[in-house]
Amino acid sequence: MLLEAHRLSKSFGGLRAVDEVDFTVAAGSITGIIGPNGAGKTTFFNLISRALPATSGRITFDGQDVTGLQAHEIARRGLARTFQATTLFADATALDNVLVGYRQRTKAGLWDALIRSGRLAREEREAEAAARDTLAVVGLADLADRQARNLTQEQQKRLAMALALVARPRLLLLDEPSAGINAEQTRGLIALIEAIAAGGVTVCLIEHQMQVVMHLCDRIMVLDYGKKIADGTPEEIRQDPAVLEAYLGHK
Amino acid sequence: MTPRVTRAAPLAALAVALALPLVVPNEYYVQILTQGYVFAISACGLNVILGFAGQLSLAHAGFFGIGAYTVALLATKVGIAFWAGLPAGIALSAVFGFAIGSICLRSKGHYFAIFTLAVGLIIHLVIQKWESLTHGHIGVIGIPGPGAIGPLTFDSGIARSYLALAALVLTLVATSRLLRSPVGRTLMAVRESEPLAAAVGLDVMAAKRMAFTVSAALAGLAGGLYAGFIGFLGPEASNVEVTFNTLLYVMVGGIGSLSGPVAGTFIVYGLSQVLQVLQEYQMVIFGLALVLLILFMPSGLAGAFRRSSPQALKPSSPGRGK
Repeated sequence: MLLEAHRLSKSFGGLRAVDEVDFTVAAGSITGIIGPNGAGKTTFFNLISRALPATSGRITFDGQDVTGLQAHEIARRGLARTFQATTLFADATALDNVLVGYRQRTKAGLWDALIRSGRLAREEREAEAAARDTLAVVGLADLADRQARNLTQEQQKRLAMALALVARPRLLLLDEPSAGINAEQTRGLIALIEAIAAGGVTVCLIEHQMQVVMHLCDRIMVLDYGKKIADGTPEEIRQDPAVLEAYLGHK
Repeated sequence: MTPRVTRAAPLAALAVALALPLVVPNEYYVQILTQGYVFAISACGLNVILGFAGQLSLAHAGFFGIGAYTVALLATKVGIAFWAGLPAGIALSAVFGFAIGSICLRSKGHYFAIFTLAVGLIIHLVIQKWESLTHGHIGVIGIPGPGAIGPLTFDSGIARSYLALAALVLTLVATSRLLRSPVGRTLMAVRESEPLAAAVGLDVMAAKRMAFTVSAALAGLAGGLYAGFIGFLGPEASNVEVTFNTLLYVMVGGIGSLSGPVAGTFIVYGLSQVLQVLQEYQMVIFGLALVLLILFMPSGLAGAFRRSSPQALKPSSPGRGK
């Protein structure tokens, strides 16, 4: 298993936002997390990516305990993520955004910048090549010099993925990739996610649109009120009585 | 701005700066000019933490004071010459910056501003009250200025103004290299969104601490030059008022722009010299000017200049089809 969460919990005051959730992501798979609004999906993502400290429980990534790491440390180990409200560096160009994503792989520091060292120049060339490649992968090669704020909503979503992908992560967490874009654009995004997964990146996503999840995912976990209520293949989830009840109410 | 203008503008500014000490009417103006360069270095330093990294530090005059007193006390008590004292002052400011930053930067936003305000005040009070070391209110007198380097002597006002200008140019080269490097891009990322910066693997704390240390080092450089040039140093050099003046220079010039703080320094500092007849009433004018500035030119002169330049007039998204 690439990622494992053991009885992971998060409390905000008296509220159990995530309640003893066991969760695994197999290497090479696409895993979905679904659930009604307020079920704790994004909080769960925040716990895994260490944006929030867990109240209790344990997380392992690639067999190593990462429960105590800081967000940037787990990112450097190969766990990348996007945010629900598409977050980018709005005033920077698309290329500069992606270059920021590559920075974790480079070593040049203050002195390199002040003396303009050879290492800095070498790393900048390497970073730009990687950034342009990644922009091409997400279909934004022609918009490298456009300011992020001047991109369409869909292009911004693609750029956010490029920012997460450029450092070649092993696991990519996507928080509602299809939110705020139309059906046709969603189809394009599904194709992109499939291409990313085919390229060897394990994907885990939160999604509201059922057809997206059912189409893309190998396995799905369902959260409700912070608890895991089901876990299985799309077919199993479709027929699970607990899931039907959570989504449709009591019969 | 077109690339050609971008490249020519600093050279033109440098040419004007080189000619200025030779054409001003008397020594008094040369001294004002020198002071302006020194305060501009300090403003560039504040700009690194405030403009590049997005953290409002109000401890800046404290680091200016540490640099100034290091040079002054090493020279008068130990007999260490200016040229050895200055690097020591920069280094000590940087060490204090690193240590203080490690603690203060755990807080964010307004809390960080208040925290650093208190730290600046503490540094000022230590300088003022530690009479056995700093002579308190009496201050340090008879600080030797910069000695000759080979055939170059710095005894005349004009020579000192060129020395200050050289230090400012070095500061601008350093800050521009910093800004236009992966390190500068990291600071931009931290300033725009800490959660996103951390999610892409950037050590937010380390980046902010580096910016705070550089900022303190530049304040130390400015302070050291100040002590050597004036020859006298009192605790008011590290006063909170100095921090707010520096902040005003940066805001007028344009927070985050490279040369904005220099322009801001010369406009505000120059104006304050012209308005000296008004004594403390000049603060009424500056207060009003600041309010108007924030209302109508929130990104300072540099921002206003950028808006009126040709690039800003280009359509941001060329139409796709008719």
